[in-house]
Amino acid sequence: MTDDALDPQAAPVWHLTEEEEHHDHSGGSPTVLGFWIYLMSDALIFASLFAMFGVVSTAYAGGPVPHEIFDLKLVAINTGLLLASSITFGEAMPHMEAGRVGPVRFWLAITGLLGAGFIGIELYEFAHLIGENAGPDRSAFLSAFFTLVGTHGAHVTIGLIWLVTMLIQLGMHGLNPATKRRLICLSMFWHFLDIIWIGVFTFVYLYGVIR
Amino acid sequence: MSTPHHEPAGHGGNGHPAGHGGNGHRIGSVLAIILTVIPFWLVMSGPTLSPAWTAAIIFAFAIVQIIVHVAFFLHLDTRSEGGWTLLSFLFTAVIVILTIGGSIWVMYHLNTNMMPMPTEMGGGH
Repeated sequence: MTDDALDPQAAPVWHLTEEEEHHDHSGGSPTVLGFWIYLMSDALIFASLFAMFGVVSTAYAGGPVPHEIFDLKLVAINTGLLLASSITFGEAMPHMEAGRVGPVRFWLAITGLLGAGFIGIELYEFAHLIGENAGPDRSAFLSAFFTLVGTHGAHVTIGLIWLVTMLIQLGMHGLNPATKRRLICLSMFWHFLDIIWIGVFTFVYLYGVIR
Repeated sequence: MSTPHHEPAGHGGNGHPAGHGGNGHRIGSVLAIILTVIPFWLVMSGPTLSPAWTAAIIFAFAIVQIIVHVAFFLHLDTRSEGGWTLLSFLFTAVIVILTIGGSIWVMYHLNTNMMPMPTEMGGGH
């Protein structure tokens, strides 16, 4: 661009050309940056939920305390499932860039199964807590716990729906700029949820048990 | 904080923000597993350290693991999207730290200063 402007023989160009975007692997759209900014705004939602949890995390109201109700083995399994799903999603992406639709669908399906396992265990944990009279109505601590962990779980559930949608779209349309762009956004969303989970298992579960 | 972004592994792919180079992803995966296993082991193996030290260590591991995930899985570096992803990330990180740290700090001191109240008020609550 600069060369064009300095070259007297070239016609002057008074606007930004879109030449750069044709080399862009994201399908040449500002979607990736926009989606990144959405993720940052979502991080602010989680920040407010973490702050709320931190403020009332010892307001037990005479009810159960963390080390009585948290089963760290279950949390460790869940953490492993979500981390593994993040890793398997990462395995799909080089295949996407190479245009191999089969391996992409395979790794996406594995990721989806791991994510479904995570949600299944989390729902089991919630049902177990509510059955033990440790539901969200028991204390401020438990209200904040269910709100924070539940909001994360809702995100993962939406990610799963998105993932199934992508499996169907890949089956119908294969890899084209549109499906690639959506896959890149979904991969960012999925990794982002794993990052939020680092905060959850450290701050809510591990720190809750030792305090 | 910007140190991990300059490691060559982060540029292992095609240099695109969401481009997934296999090498960086593998390194990130191994680091993430190690950084997850150690805090769980520390807490689940029983009281080897004082609670304060354990807490300090697991929070340090969490912060390092978040940086590893952002650098190796989300492929954030100084060049992607002309630096706008890094700038928006750092801005968000500041707001997140202020929101969480500030809320807990302020409410902790508020609780401490309110401490004498419940004893005087008895069953007022």
